[in-house]
Amino acid sequence: MRLALGLCALLATPALAVQPDEVLADPALEARARALSQNLRCLVCRNENIDDSNADLARDLRLLVRERLVAGDTDAEALDFIVERYGEYVLLTPTTGGSNIILWLAGPALLLGGAGLALATLRRRKSAPDAPLTPDEQARLAEILRD
Amino acid sequence: MIVELGHFTLILALAVALVQSTVPLIGAEKRWAGWMAVAGPAATLQFLLIGFSFAALTYAFVTSDFSLRLVVMNSHTLKPLIYKISGVWGNHEGSLLLWVLILALFGASAAWFGGNLPVALRARVLAVQGMIGVAFLLFLLLTSNPFLRLAEPPFDGEDLNPLLQDPGLAFHPPFLYLGYVGLSMAFSFAVAALIEGRVDAAWGRWVRPWTLAAWVFLTIGIALGSWWAYYELGWGGFWFWDPVENASFMPWLIAAALLHSAIVVEKREALKAWTILLAILAFGFSLIGTFIVRSGVLTSVHAFANDPERGVFILLILAVFMGGALTLFALRAGAMEAKGVFSMVSRESALVLNNLLLAVACFVVFIGTIWPLVAEMLWDRKLSVGAPFFNAAFTPFMIGLALVLPIGALMPWKRGQGGRVLPHLRAALVLSLALGALAFAMQTGRSALGPVGLALGAWVVFGAATELWVRSGRGNLAGRLGRITRLPRADWGKATSHAGLGVTIFAVAAINAWALEDIRVVQVGQSFPIGAYEVTLADVRDVQGPNYLSTMAELQVTRDGQAVTTLYPEKRLYPVAGMPTTEAGIAYGFWRDIYLVIGDPQEGGGWAVRSYIKPFANWIWGGALLMAFGGMLSLSDRRYRIAAGARRTPAGVPAE
Repeated sequence: MRLALGLCALLATPALAVQPDEVLADPALEARARALSQNLRCLVCRNENIDDSNADLARDLRLLVRERLVAGDTDAEALDFIVERYGEYVLLTPTTGGSNIILWLAGPALLLGGAGLALATLRRRKSAPDAPLTPDEQARLAEILRD
Repeated sequence: MIVELGHFTLILALAVALVQSTVPLIGAEKRWAGWMAVAGPAATLQFLLIGFSFAALTYAFVTSDFSLRLVVMNSHTLKPLIYKISGVWGNHEGSLLLWVLILALFGASAAWFGGNLPVALRARVLAVQGMIGVAFLLFLLLTSNPFLRLAEPPFDGEDLNPLLQDPGLAFHPPFLYLGYVGLSMAFSFAVAALIEGRVDAAWGRWVRPWTLAAWVFLTIGIALGSWWAYYELGWGGFWFWDPVENASFMPWLIAAALLHSAIVVEKREALKAWTILLAILAFGFSLIGTFIVRSGVLTSVHAFANDPERGVFILLILAVFMGGALTLFALRAGAMEAKGVFSMVSRESALVLNNLLLAVACFVVFIGTIWPLVAEMLWDRKLSVGAPFFNAAFTPFMIGLALVLPIGALMPWKRGQGGRVLPHLRAALVLSLALGALAFAMQTGRSALGPVGLALGAWVVFGAATELWVRSGRGNLAGRLGRITRLPRADWGKATSHAGLGVTIFAVAAINAWALEDIRVVQVGQSFPIGAYEVTLADVRDVQGPNYLSTMAELQVTRDGQAVTTLYPEKRLYPVAGMPTTEAGIAYGFWRDIYLVIGDPQEGGGWAVRSYIKPFANWIWGGALLMAFGGMLSLSDRRYRIAAGARRTPAGVPAE
């Protein structure tokens, strides 16, 4: 199932994801870089974040993120900088802007709607007798259910 | 010759499926016993024919018959025998042949074990099953024929994708397919019931074992795939919210909902229309999953085929079956009046809430999976929906589910009182909160994920234990313990599955919250600490495997000066496929895994080494196995055997 990820290795030189030489000296800054990396898509792999990806482009992006953070960007500024260059596509967490609000609200809305519907049905429900079974059917049903 | 016979029997199977899908249906309508009786033998014959065809293809793979296009593209003489066999389904055409084989197997099983079904219902179920068979056999023969010959056979094959040459992945597709395709039975029962216009308690009982079996297989299949990703992809990730993963997860969620709502149909004759709808949707999501994986429409770069012709064909199958079934549903669902009434506080209501949460969770996964496609088509926006979205949007529903599960499971049918149920759970609540608080006090960081996950998982596990305890009745300890062991297997199955869910919830939170990671350059002979352990890179050497070259590191792990283990992570190159893979060195443990990966040689000497301590990693799949085992326990309960009703013994305790 995760062949997509494995395939990515084809596009890249065999390497590990985050390389030792990329790691920043400041652990706080490095932790922020790792967190940001997990939200950025490796553009040539398509299903991996740059933190996990082996691809060269992912490495470039990882370095870029760290560069921005070292230069004093906030997390949001660093993300904006990369989105400006690579487009919305690079973000693994879609924004809530524009039509995306549908995506974010679909679950909660459906839950509320479903709960409302269930409640209404429960309230309205009265015991309406079914069409009675024929004696034959009843005997058969009793036989099956007895087991 | 054998290959041609296999091709021929596949075409014959299509002819048989055509008969199976029409004659019994007409017979059931006209009450012609002879016509209805065709269904059983036809289903058996269809299974035998496809079985022969599958055997023929397997034979071609095992004997490395390179005059077959499929064998050339996916096999190699040097490959170990087990991967020659798994190579049969490690590709688009072969995996579809497996798909129809399993479909025919389920149809045949319904014919063999469905002796207690009313004749007309059985005929209709098998006819619908036959229709699905026709559609997929046509798909196979017209767009994905596995039996195509080459005019000039090459000397050797192109090898199977090395990532697929792995025991975990060799058996991942068959289980997944048993699950996917097993849901076709629920679908066939639902459509047959709609045609008959009647759903009763007996229907609920017949459809449940099939759904349960499918769900068990799906659980095992998903767990195998996740486990494979964990040890094979080289950084210990186990779930990526990849479209192809979601494709298997959506039917799993709906099947879980269906299992629970079918109980309400069986016990209380309520939620009939909803259950029928779920049965249709469960198979619908299986088809959508097949479509996603086979068509590559969601830009998931996948090793399997992705050309549009096949995608369109599956979309057509999806449209015909879902459109047909849903139309039938719209026409007939109104006739399915609920018999059993229940109050707001009752087991039924709790199961409605369970269904709501599972269905909405499934919908969230669905919309997240297709959103990039929708956004591009409608607004020309190219965007991604990745793991962070799913983690944020999906998890709350699972938390809600885990919170209400122990309460709902103890609730009596029809009318319950919170005041009666909640006191039973006091101990479970106190215990799980205490565990969470303890974890919070002991951990170094301030993250709430670990402690909350622990408390939630413990709540579900203790809740399951509480339920068994409550069911043991009153009286002294010895008497209750004795009765607990004699509870019906269905009760044990329910408790086991629920506990398994709790274990998995805890483990997923724990591994995310408490894993340790270390990335560094290490010289041969050098040591470094990670957590309580000390790791030494003793050696790096080149090794020749049966069909690959390997760079193998030797890493010695010690703790307080005591040797813990020696691990040999590798970097492999499969020359035939020209593909590198990483093989992590993993020391599996009950409390933690030590997970070491060797990287590239560095310019200044030394090697890149990644090390992880993954706490409770095995618990993730252990929990999944518990869920599956619970399902099997329930299946083995006398009252739920697939042949339920075949043995006529007096009833025991009311079923759960």
